[in-house]
Amino acid sequence: MLSQLPALQVVIPLIAAPLCVILRNKEISCLVSQAVSIVSFLISLILLQQVLNQNVISYALGGWLAPIGIEYRLDILNTFILVIVSGISSIVTIYSKKSIEHEIDSEKIYLFYTGYLLMFSGLLGMSITGDAFNVFVFIEISSLSSYAMIAMGKDRRAVSASFTYLVMGTVGATFFLIGVGLMYAMTGTLNMADLAERLPKVYETKAILVSFAFISIGILLKLALFPLHLWLPNAYTYAPSVVSAFLSATATKVAIYLLIRFGYTVFGSDFVFIKYPTAEILASLAIVAIIVCSLVAIFQTNIKRLLAFSSLAQVGYIILGISLNNLNGLTAAIVHIFNHAISKGALFLAMGCIALVIGSVKIKDMEGLGKKMPFTAFAIVIGGLSLIGVPLTAGFISKWYIILGALDKGWWVLAILLLLTSLLALVYVWRIIEAMYFRSSENVYKINEAPISMLIPMYVLVIMTIYFGIETSFSAGLASEAAKFLIGT
Amino acid sequence: MKHHIVPRVIAKLFIPGIILFGLYVQFHGDYGPGGGFQAGVIIGAAMILYGLIYGLNDLKKVAPSNIIISLIAFGFLLYAGVGIVTQILGANFLEYGVLGHTQKEGQHIGIILVELGVGITVASVMVIIFYMFAGRKN
Repeated sequence: MLSQLPALQVVIPLIAAPLCVILRNKEISCLVSQAVSIVSFLISLILLQQVLNQNVISYALGGWLAPIGIEYRLDILNTFILVIVSGISSIVTIYSKKSIEHEIDSEKIYLFYTGYLLMFSGLLGMSITGDAFNVFVFIEISSLSSYAMIAMGKDRRAVSASFTYLVMGTVGATFFLIGVGLMYAMTGTLNMADLAERLPKVYETKAILVSFAFISIGILLKLALFPLHLWLPNAYTYAPSVVSAFLSATATKVAIYLLIRFGYTVFGSDFVFIKYPTAEILASLAIVAIIVCSLVAIFQTNIKRLLAFSSLAQVGYIILGISLNNLNGLTAAIVHIFNHAISKGALFLAMGCIALVIGSVKIKDMEGLGKKMPFTAFAIVIGGLSLIGVPLTAGFISKWYIILGALDKGWWVLAILLLLTSLLALVYVWRIIEAMYFRSSENVYKINEAPISMLIPMYVLVIMTIYFGIETSFSAGLASEAAKFLIGT
Repeated sequence: MKHHIVPRVIAKLFIPGIILFGLYVQFHGDYGPGGGFQAGVIIGAAMILYGLIYGLNDLKKVAPSNIIISLIAFGFLLYAGVGIVTQILGANFLEYGVLGHTQKEGQHIGIILVELGVGITVASVMVIIFYMFAGRKN
C-alpha cells in the first residue's frame, strides 16, 4: 500500500474531479474537494517521511521501468513542494465554501470544484513526475483548468484576463514542449535522470542551447518573471478570491520548482551557470522585477492588484536566490517558495473575507476596517510584515538566507540593494495599514467580521507565518537539505 | 436541412455505417491502427451529422446534454478506474498485466477498457462542443 502512494497522490484528485461532474451537487463537491485535499496532504507528509529515510523514491507508472516508462521520482525538493501544494489546498478548500457561494453562480459551483481538483492534480503531477514530457501534460492540465477558474470571476474583465493568460500560458507551454522535443531529438530519452546522464555528451551542440532557451523562457512565462509577467496582475485581480489565493501560493511556485529542477537536475548547474551567463541574466531580471513591481504595487488602488504586483516582486527574490547558485541562495529560494506561499496565501484569503463582507477590495473602501473587521485586518498586518521581511515573521527567514547567499557570492552591493527594496514593500504594506487603522470610515453602514469558517483557515496560515519565522527547522531545514541535495555537497 | 430530401436520405444511409466504422476502429485499436480517440471522433462525427441534418433539437432528444456531460466524466473514470483496480490487485497504477490470467491477456483487457474510456469521453466531448456552438443563438 505504501509503495502505491506516489501514484495515489496524483490520482485521487484526478478521479475526484469527474466524480464532482457526475454528482452535480455543490455541497458534495465542496466536501469532496476538502476531503481529497486533506487526504493528499496526509499522503504527501507520509511521502516526505519516506523520502527523509531513503532519499529517493521511484515509482514506475504502468509497471514500465524508468528510462522507457513514465517515472514518478520523489526527492526531498519535490516532496517539499508536494507538501506545500497539498497543505495550501487543504486550507483553501476548507475556507472556500462561503466565499465561492458568494462569488460564483450556484449552478456552476460543482464545475468550479471540478476545475479546482483538476488544477490541484495537475500541480501535484508537475511536481512529482520525473519525465520531461509528462511535465508538459500536467502543465496543460493545471493551466487549462486555471483558465476556466479565472474566467469564473464575478467581474466581466475576468474573461479577458483569463484569455490573456490563456495566450501567454499556451505560448509558455509550447516553448517548453519545443525545448523538450529538441532534447529528445538529441538524446533519445525523456526521463529526467536519464537526460541528466546523457546531456553532457551533447552540451556543445546548438540544439541543446536552443532547447535550454526554449525551456527556460517557457517556464519563466509560467512563473511570471518580469518582463514575462503581463498576464498575472489581471488574472489575480479578477479571479475569484479563492483562486487568487491558490494560484499565488502554488501555481507560480510549482513553475519555479520546474526551473530549479531543469536548471540543477536536468541540464546541470555547470551547463546553466558556468558555461552560459544564465545567472547574470536571471539576476538582473530579478532585480528589475523586485524594484519595478514593488514600485508599481505602491500606486495600486485595488488591493488584490497590489498583492499581485507584490507577488511578482517576491518571484523576483526567489529567482534571485536561484541565480546566486550557492547553498544559501538556493536555500533562500526554496524556503521563500514556502514562506511566500503561506504569507501571500493568508493575504489573499483576507481579501476574500473583505470581498465577502464589503463587496470591494479597493483601498478607499477599506478605511476604518481595523475596527470593523479586527481579525481580518490583523491577518493583513501579519501577512504584510512577512512581505516586508520583519524579524519574527516567515519573510525574514527568506531575506536572511538570500542576503547570506549574496554575501557568499561577494555581491555585497546586491545585499544592500535587497535591504533597500524591503523599504518599497514597507511603503505598499503601510498604505493598506494606514487605510485600515488610521483613517476613519465615512461609510455609515454596519458590517460584521467575516464568518468563522473563513477566519480559522486564514488564521492557520497567519499563525504559520509567525511560527515559521521563529522555528525554522521544518521550513529552512528542509529547504537547505533540498539545496544540498541539488548542489550535491 | 430537414426539408431537403437528398441530404436527409444520404445521412440516413451513412450514419449507421459511420457508427459501425467507429466501433470497428474502437475494438480494433489493440490489434492495429486506431483506438479510442479516433473512434470517439468518428462516432462524434456521426452524431454531429445527425444534428446538422435533422436539427439540434432532434439530436438533443437522442443525446440529452446532461447525459453527455456525465458520459464525459464516466469515460474518464473508466480509464482511471482501471488504474485503481490494478493497484488493488497489487500491481502499479495502470499495470494491466494483473487483469487477466496471463500477462498478455491482462494487457489485452486493460487496453480495451482504457480505450473504451477514451472513446466515450472523446465522442461526448465532440457532441458537447457541437452543442456549445450550435446553441449560441439561443
